[in-house]
Amino acid sequence: MCGIVGLHLRDPSLEPRLGDLLSAMLGQVVERGPDSAGVAVYGDPRLSPPGQAVVSLLGTSKTEVEAALPGVVAFDADATTVVHAGADQLAAALPEATVIGSGEGFAVLKGTGNPVELADAFGLAGVSGWQGVGHTRMATESAVTPEGAHPFSVGPGQCLVHNGSFANHATIRRELRAQGVEFDSENDSEVGARFVAHQLEQGADLEKALRLLCERFDGFYTLLVSTGDSFAVVRDAIACKPALVAETDAWVAMASEYRALDVLPGIENARIFEPEPEEVYIWRR
Amino acid sequence: MATLIDLARTPVRELNQALHAPEAASWRVLNPRGAHAVACGVREDLAVDIEGHVGYYCAGMNQRATVTVHGNAGTGVAENMMSGTVRVRGNASQSAGATAHGGLLVVDGDASARCGISMKGVDIVVGGNVGHMSAFMGQAGRLVVCGDAGEALGDSLYEARIYVRGAVKSLGADCVEKEMRAEHFVELAELLKAAERDEDAADFRRYGSARTLYHFNVGNSAAY
Repeated sequence: MCGIVGLHLRDPSLEPRLGDLLSAMLGQVVERGPDSAGVAVYGDPRLSPPGQAVVSLLGTSKTEVEAALPGVVAFDADATTVVHAGADQLAAALPEATVIGSGEGFAVLKGTGNPVELADAFGLAGVSGWQGVGHTRMATESAVTPEGAHPFSVGPGQCLVHNGSFANHATIRRELRAQGVEFDSENDSEVGARFVAHQLEQGADLEKALRLLCERFDGFYTLLVSTGDSFAVVRDAIACKPALVAETDAWVAMASEYRALDVLPGIENARIFEPEPEEVYIWRR
Repeated sequence: MATLIDLARTPVRELNQALHAPEAASWRVLNPRGAHAVACGVREDLAVDIEGHVGYYCAGMNQRATVTVHGNAGTGVAENMMSGTVRVRGNASQSAGATAHGGLLVVDGDASARCGISMKGVDIVVGGNVGHMSAFMGQAGRLVVCGDAGEALGDSLYEARIYVRGAVKSLGADCVEKEMRAEHFVELAELLKAAERDEDAADFRRYGSARTLYHFNVGNSAAY
């Protein structure tokens, strides 16, 4: 199981409603993954003020951050602490904390427990922005911890959420480790995120990175991958994990089930389709 | 006059309980909004019209009822149907009519992957295309595809018969094209008529099992 939701807004007038809509979508896929949840939000001025580096952390708190870095803005959202500072600065000041997202214009929030309660704890309904992704997890390959929750954000502004399981994640993790890539969890999906980030670092564009993932990864996957300007969906060759895309002039949305799309304005006139297996779909800002 | 049930106010469980002990012959269901298991397990000669999109397993295990979805259906529509008719006016997601023993499933739009997987006697007519591995391990019944079929059509097929009007991307293990004989034109024309479709049976090709995988044979290992 696991539930995926994502919303890429084309109509700026909807941006104040991003968090409200994403929260409603997330609430429709709780049964698919009741053990933990996470979201990534692109463009909320409170979470990620324009032009400012933002880091999302686990294993610390606003109090600890402010003690270590006086004057830096930080706030807690359930297990996550969002800090308005650069990743290098934080790594030096708080070496024990785990970075779960960094970049400009976006923030990652995750935790364990009921996804609806987590969305409340994140204050998600009040968030604005131009793009958001969310995930409700049913743990299969690793423990229920905030580190094991999705999204996995391991490159600047990038996010990956996954429904399914990778069969050869241990092999690929070893290969990536041999190339110097470090991991935060034993989660199979993190291997997918590290693989995509690694390909992007080496010069592949997002489409190529996802094609390479299809070639290399064995298992079941529906993936929603987002970056600072893109929203992408890809499924494995068997396509046994559900995925629906709905598209209007005002937005593009993806979800595991139709009921998560039904909450969106204008859904009655949307073009709704299931992504084809191993085809990479990308929408750009 | 159909009895109206609004799923915005009535839980699906109450709808299904009402359909299992029906006090009316005709029902209209509003606001399904992607709910799962709408009109499941109905065992009477009822007409149930669902006005909107449904989620998983709509009209599963249907017996005798005529269920019409005026929208799209999620995974497993009419799964394990025994008899009756289920019609989806829009598209159906994966595993439409899976393991169904009888009755007629009509999808006016497209059906995605594994349409009719392990079908055991159901007739399925799809107005548009079907996805990959449709009729996988089909044991009995007929699958009619008025559009195109995806990869591995009829993989590991037993005795289900497949008719396709458009292109077939590839045939699965042990599935072969077969001659359209007079009885097949008659059978197909009856199925199209039952599904209220106006395609010409002469435009279809027939596919079925080559029957080489019925019993395990190590010589076939490359084909499994």
